Amino acid sequence: MLLILLCLVALLAVSLLAAFTSAKAWANSAIYGASALLSAAVLAAALLALTSGRVALLVLPIGLPWLGLHLRLDALAAGFLAIVALGGTVSSVYALGYGRHEDAPGRVLPFVPAFLAAMSFVILADDAFAFLLAWEVMSLLSWALVVSHDRSPENLQAGLVYVVMAGVGTLCLMLAFALLAGPGGFAFEAMRSRSFGAGVTAAVLLLALAGAGSKAGLFPLHAWLPLAHPAAPSHVSALMSGIMTKVAVYAFIRIAFDILGPIDWRLGLVVIVVGAATAVLGVLYAILQNDLKRLLAYSTVENVGIIFLGLGLALAFRADGLAAAAALAFTGALFHVFNHALFKSLLFFGAGAIQTATGTRDLDRLGGLINGMPRTAGLFLIGAAAISALPPLNGFASEWLIFQAAFQSSHFSQWGLRLLAPTAAAMLALAAALAAACFVKAFGTAFLGRPRSDAAKQAHETDRASQIAMAALAAGCVLAGVLPSTILAVIAPITQRLTGTTMPIQDLGALLPVAGSHNSYSGLVIALCFLAATLTIALAIHLFAQRGLRRSAIWDCGYPEDNALSQYSSGSFAQPIRRVFASTVAQESVVMPPPGDLAPSRFKLVLWDPAWQTLYAPAAAAVLALADRVNGFQYLTIRRYLGIVFVTLVFLLTVLAVWR
Amino acid sequence: MIVLLLILQVLLVVALAPLVTGVVRKTKARLMRRRGPSLIQPYRDLARLLRKEPVVAHNASILFTAAPTFIFAATWTAAALVPTFFLNTELGVAADFITVVGILAAARFALALAGLDVGTAFGGLGASREMMIASVAEPAMLMLIFSLALVGGTTRLPDLALFVQSPTLGLHISLMLAFLGLAMIAVAENGRIPVDNAATHLELTMVHEAMVLEYSGRHLALIELAQSTKLLLYISLIAAVFVPWGSAPAGSDGLHYLFGFAFYLAKLAVGAVALGVFEVTIAKLRVFRVPQFIGVALMLGLLAALLRLVSQGL
Repeated sequence: MLLILLCLVALLAVSLLAAFTSAKAWANSAIYGASALLSAAVLAAALLALTSGRVALLVLPIGLPWLGLHLRLDALAAGFLAIVALGGTVSSVYALGYGRHEDAPGRVLPFVPAFLAAMSFVILADDAFAFLLAWEVMSLLSWALVVSHDRSPENLQAGLVYVVMAGVGTLCLMLAFALLAGPGGFAFEAMRSRSFGAGVTAAVLLLALAGAGSKAGLFPLHAWLPLAHPAAPSHVSALMSGIMTKVAVYAFIRIAFDILGPIDWRLGLVVIVVGAATAVLGVLYAILQNDLKRLLAYSTVENVGIIFLGLGLALAFRADGLAAAAALAFTGALFHVFNHALFKSLLFFGAGAIQTATGTRDLDRLGGLINGMPRTAGLFLIGAAAISALPPLNGFASEWLIFQAAFQSSHFSQWGLRLLAPTAAAMLALAAALAAACFVKAFGTAFLGRPRSDAAKQAHETDRASQIAMAALAAGCVLAGVLPSTILAVIAPITQRLTGTTMPIQDLGALLPVAGSHNSYSGLVIALCFLAATLTIALAIHLFAQRGLRRSAIWDCGYPEDNALSQYSSGSFAQPIRRVFASTVAQESVVMPPPGDLAPSRFKLVLWDPAWQTLYAPAAAAVLALADRVNGFQYLTIRRYLGIVFVTLVFLLTVLAVWR
Repeated sequence: MIVLLLILQVLLVVALAPLVTGVVRKTKARLMRRRGPSLIQPYRDLARLLRKEPVVAHNASILFTAAPTFIFAATWTAAALVPTFFLNTELGVAADFITVVGILAAARFALALAGLDVGTAFGGLGASREMMIASVAEPAMLMLIFSLALVGGTTRLPDLALFVQSPTLGLHISLMLAFLGLAMIAVAENGRIPVDNAATHLELTMVHEAMVLEYSGRHLALIELAQSTKLLLYISLIAAVFVPWGSAPAGSDGLHYLFGFAFYLAKLAVGAVALGVFEVTIAKLRVFRVPQFIGVALMLGLLAALLRLVSQGL
């Protein structure tokens, strides 16, 4: 605990140092190197704490006078701290190379280590004040990271939307904690020992869902996320999408599973519905994007939905007394948290490498990059396959667990949940299938085909440090998929603590959802089968088939077209799915001049997000209108200000007098 | 013994696959009053393709040449995991129904990427349509698995077969609905009429053939073999879950296995002929009508699950 604290303080110090030295030539390597080392130390300490099973408590006499600063490192905190530290380490390593290619890398340099430290403090905090303070600092630093780099008007707009939404989220969490805090004060320990009525529990859970969900990107509070996450430099996008959303998931778990007592099953149902809707809508929007990083950000929305679907199932199972099923769903959700941190960071790193190599992230200007940057292509492909839930990689293992949890729904005593669970499972399958389509499109248009611009034609491989970071993450995806039992063993103490039981002991490689069940999945056996089959085929080809290979022009049924624009583009790849699933949010119009007219015909596609139109735009209009009104107060005479102060004083005294 | 049987099954699914395709083609030809190619023509085609030198576009990447091997390896793995003439509980540990679907999705992922690799309009067309169909078919498949899991209490294939085999099994409407749904998904996933037509080129409706248009020689042989294996897989799957009678249970003697083998061949033949008859009697659907076709399967799955839940008592 002390070691971790020391490292976090050192990270803050590194940040401070960076603020003064960021213009120096060595600053990039030194700062990112230091934060990689410190994050690695935190990672080691967190893993040690997780396996030792001890709970470390620390109260420091700083912060509010009567409260102090409570810190706590239990299994849940250690698990999430490990994810943050892992993300911090790899993205720092990545930034060692990537940071050098950026224009003005110094602008983001001071914020990155502090951002890592703030996320860690959110996880360690054990009282509401420290939690909210760290949460707000985390939000502000990530906002600074979004806006510091690029000064374009859209980017500033994205930053504004983000900071407003972050404020709304913090407000919800603040209200939740206000309801939770009693005479015992703001420490989480005091909150845990209180018991709450059904109304308060429901209010707190919904507020936590809104507060944490707005940061994690739950529908309909997701609309800021695809604007803000891609706007930051790629290693920061990876941190925001892969790691910061997990801190939000942590906040929800801490409140819903740890602090709150028993929860009504209907609230679990709400979480399931929100999670399933987020998963499907997130990936549907992802597939409609042409901007690679925005596509990845929408895919984050999808994965957060999957995680919340698992958490909702766990809440519902727990409310119904089905501890084994709750443990299964919870483990699936946590495993997916870990997996998503791995492959989303990997994919954002890949997007960063593409942006460095070509200067664009518009899929319709890319193509054929596999020839110029084969290593990045291979690693990105592993990430894309993992996020599409393909066996034997890790995304499939965690989604398989959530499916198996949904299959336990026949034990529910409430018919509402029993009827809902099959639909939720079908939504999960839909999300997985659309994710596969989405990443076929992303990988296919960026790396395969013929180059659609000169920049894509001349792309070269990215630097060594970036490759190492991506290779480490890709190896993690493969290992966590082939040997999931190792990760589940690490998750087990958290599940034990929060659901009262764990999943059955796992064999090496094979997953067993609940004791006595015959369902099982072994990524290891599948991988070995793939390998054996591939070797057999290669041998058979070698022995029996014609071994030569002739290169020739493209066949394309005899009518090849030289223009690279004749290929399927990102938009045309998505067209069938757009037409089947998204005809309400994507409106296409074709303007065709009459025969004989030489005017060009035009195709126009308008995408809109209902959450934006119905929720954000009115809210933004209201806030601006209010701001206009309040603006008048800035230009009053001193006499009027004094008058206002006097009136307020009288009003408050009256209130006090009536209250007493 | 069991190891030998498993090896036999692994080889069998590949060895029989072209024959199944041959039976389907022969059935269709006879129904159209053609004589049709001989039953072993698919084997001859494969041998011919293997002898030919593959021609690959100049800009084709390593993914293009590696994909056929992976596609066939994945399909083969999935086919080996489905019970054929005996109920293999050993490999069943490694994978359940969902995993089989997942492995097939991995093969499709590779195939769609291969379709995009050379950068032709046809390849992109096939890939994007294939992923659209898959994104409708996979939820429907999952829904059907869900209803089967509710009825049989497991997602593991040998256990599902044992459940259906048990003499105490009454009449299950859910099972029948699931059977219908699964048959429809099988038609869609294998690219048969009315969803796709394996026997056509240069048609605006083609899906699978458009993706593999650039392939030739040994690469094409592997893809064709994978396609045949997938068809055999789906027939075995439906046979294993819905008509498991005759399959040798684990640990039985040699005669049982022979018996099971004969039954399995008969089931494959019936499945292949039924597919041929179905294909001849129905017209190809427009691409954008396909989601409606698969939507019916999804609804059947949902209905099967709900019926099961209702019959258990709310």
